[in-house]
Amino acid sequence: MVGNGMAGVRTLEELLKIAPDVYDITVFGAEPHANYTRILLSPVLAGEMTIRDIMLNDVDWYEKNKVGLHLGKKIVKIERGARKVVAADGTAELYDRLLLATGSNPFILPVPGKDLEGVITYRDIGDTNAMIAASKKYRHAVVIGGGLLGLEAANGLKLRGMNVTVVHLMEWLMERQLDCTAAQLLRQSLEAKGLQFLLQKQTAEIVGNENGRVRAVRFEDGSEIAADLVVMAVGIRPNTELAESAGLHCSRGIVVNDTMQTFDPKIYAVGECAAHRGTAYGLVAPLFEMAKVCANHLANFGIGRYAGSVTSTKLKVTGIDLFSAGDFMGGAGTEDIVLNDAQGGVYKRIVLRDNRVVGAVLYGDTVDGSWYFQLLRDRQNVAEIRDHLMFGQNHLGNTGHQGQSRAVAMADAMEVCGCNGVPKGVIVKAIKEKGLFTLEDVRKHTKASSSCGSCTGLVEQILASTVGGAYQPQEAKLKPMCGCTDHTHEEVRAAIRDGLFEGKRLLSISAAMRFLEWRTPNRCASCRPAINYYLICAWPHRAKDDPQSRFINERAHANIQKDGTFSVVPRMFGGMTTPDQLRRIADVADKYKIPTVKVTGGQRIDLLGVKKEDLPAVWRDLDMPSGHAYAKALRTVKTCVGSEWCRFGVQDSTNMGIELEKALWRMYAPHKVKMAVSGCPRNCAESGIKDVGVIGVDSGWEIYVAGNGGIKTEVAQFLVKVKTREEVLEYAGAFLQLYREEARYLERTVHYVRRVGLDTVKKKIVEDAESRKALWARLQYALEGEPDPWKERAAGKDRVEYETLETAEA
Amino acid sequence: MAAVMAELRWIKVCQLEDIPELGARVVRRPGGDIAVFRNAGVECFALLDRCPHKGGPLSQGIVFGKSVACPLHGWTIGLEDGCAEAPDVGCTRMFPVKVESGEVLLQLSD
Repeated sequence: MVGNGMAGVRTLEELLKIAPDVYDITVFGAEPHANYTRILLSPVLAGEMTIRDIMLNDVDWYEKNKVGLHLGKKIVKIERGARKVVAADGTAELYDRLLLATGSNPFILPVPGKDLEGVITYRDIGDTNAMIAASKKYRHAVVIGGGLLGLEAANGLKLRGMNVTVVHLMEWLMERQLDCTAAQLLRQSLEAKGLQFLLQKQTAEIVGNENGRVRAVRFEDGSEIAADLVVMAVGIRPNTELAESAGLHCSRGIVVNDTMQTFDPKIYAVGECAAHRGTAYGLVAPLFEMAKVCANHLANFGIGRYAGSVTSTKLKVTGIDLFSAGDFMGGAGTEDIVLNDAQGGVYKRIVLRDNRVVGAVLYGDTVDGSWYFQLLRDRQNVAEIRDHLMFGQNHLGNTGHQGQSRAVAMADAMEVCGCNGVPKGVIVKAIKEKGLFTLEDVRKHTKASSSCGSCTGLVEQILASTVGGAYQPQEAKLKPMCGCTDHTHEEVRAAIRDGLFEGKRLLSISAAMRFLEWRTPNRCASCRPAINYYLICAWPHRAKDDPQSRFINERAHANIQKDGTFSVVPRMFGGMTTPDQLRRIADVADKYKIPTVKVTGGQRIDLLGVKKEDLPAVWRDLDMPSGHAYAKALRTVKTCVGSEWCRFGVQDSTNMGIELEKALWRMYAPHKVKMAVSGCPRNCAESGIKDVGVIGVDSGWEIYVAGNGGIKTEVAQFLVKVKTREEVLEYAGAFLQLYREEARYLERTVHYVRRVGLDTVKKKIVEDAESRKALWARLQYALEGEPDPWKERAAGKDRVEYETLETAEA
Repeated sequence: MAAVMAELRWIKVCQLEDIPELGARVVRRPGGDIAVFRNAGVECFALLDRCPHKGGPLSQGIVFGKSVACPLHGWTIGLEDGCAEAPDVGCTRMFPVKVESGEVLLQLSD
């Protein structure tokens, strides 16, 4: 591999991960350092980090992975015929495959004086050190170029005590990332930090003194400013010198195809040096996507294509929050939503086209940058959330992190992830030390946001503020189901519904996996339960349910507890019970020495601490139906007492709840389903935070859907008002069937409805009677004859699941 | 000396078909339960039924390939070495196990 930067080494890491033994790898790096993250040079210059902090892979890493490393050796020649590379000092190596990751070179203005001492660019550790050294000896710095890099350099030099002027050719700063208003705010805050700006100034000459060192910068208009140090940050050019000398086709970079192959099939190129579909990327996230694809092909797997990237930018100047993505300037056919608080230093502009976000510029408050970027990449229709789009995703005030919503304001010791007890400092440290760039990586290494996920927004913020523009939110829509396949949830469902394998319907996991060309026959713990659900949902009574592909709770029909015992929640339709049932529950608790009996939030009784081997007998003695409190299925229908007793009640909510629960119990779903029925708008059953909530009013029933009382309280949305109990059943059932058929596995109704939009749901449930009736009929068909799992097991089914083995000697 | 000489014997625990494919059975034992796993074929693996993370019963997890996902917090434990998949760290004890003419045999050293 030629080039020892981030893109190249990331490719090696990916390659070593999937095919460690395919190649003997040798790396040539022109710099005398091992692999470091170039993005964090700015904090080094600003004195906020040290070189040691920004190393990604030290020399030991190369040794450990048996990667040969030539540091400080620049390859000057590729002999393609002989498949050999030669370094400036004569070192040569042969190759079977060559990976070019030569990065880019800073562009140097072709003005007189450009070679004077004290005129430098800003690209690597050497440049950074030169700037730090100069800042100790000299006073006046001029940075040519008011882009991202130039401003970061200027900020760093200012913090190092120099008097800094930024010279920019264009009308406003960072014109490739910001509109004029945001740039003005940026300029004001940088001026407040003591930087000076000269805009619309074209550099004509760099003037030296008698010692050959820079003394001043002179402009086209004849004016001049003093300078002891000139930093050129006017852009980068892909470094194609070597590739061109070897006769590889180059145009704005080394031209590569979607598999990162150059015109010589034995030679690949990744990173800033590569031109893919006419674009050379200068940000790190696209480089990592390229690395993944390239490694896959180098490993001879031959799957994965790089299809280009949409990029976003964050400026890493401490104390300045700035974000931009996509087409932020707008133009014909676009609309702007703008918030401009000049006094408060907040500016937000969201550019829409056809109700989709196409660009965004945020200044001063960038909390929602990653959310807008996600909307942009997903091309999500925002018509419904348009009126509060500007106010952000607002998902940050969730539980478990002291109500914090702004990561930057948090001290290192403050807890971010309340589930796993991860403080901010630990996350930042892991990101820096381990070179993490994705939410997934952070989750894996720190566990932050990996349990309930409510702090995801905060973790994303921390990631974004630590690695800056390198952070890219996941592209949800294109995301494959899991590592075992490239197919999305939707593709898998469609295949299960429509596909034929060897002329037959796909009715088992193995058939589905073979049809969909799963990479491994029975992986993994996340896709198998999903496929199992999709099968039984698409082919009720026909698909074969696979207990081994169900999580233990659904396999054993009880809830596993932390000590390995189980909990048992018998069903009480509508929350109604009888003295006889209560007596049986009490007897069972005594007989099986069940230590804890508790009333649940869903108005049922929970027996906790039951030994697994006792479960079938417990069920037999209880003689009550399964409460499915363990399953991705209908849990409970919570009710208030309603008009039968309550002096305010206007409808018989209890019996409505019983009817609903009797009609819908045993219904498996993508995730758990909770319902409630209240007998009047006082809503004592809390219908407003249920997957389906029904509220009795004087003239009938209001049906609300997609509420949630969990991590993030979500108020259910009004679906329809109906008159009769039969209609309540039909509408609620049809909605749940739609959810069962369309939601991704493990997606709650709130997330499903948010993804597809309430309007889409209403079209199929409220406006189209035929579709509603068909959905309701399909659900009834699926539930018809579905047995009570407890009753079956009390009678001996799956006995092996509950029995333990003994050794003769025990 | 007698203790040192204690013979390591193979003890029959069940028939192979008593363990579901991609499943497990628990062998009760005073020193801690043992989980005996079976992959999609006829291979068996035996681990102490305690996840190195928080002691979860691995026997109750979903088996895939030659790994099991702990039912409590989803750590992935390799069946061939008893060790957690990176970046998680930790190993649980392994026990020798073999399948002979349809019988699953376990070797217990204590």
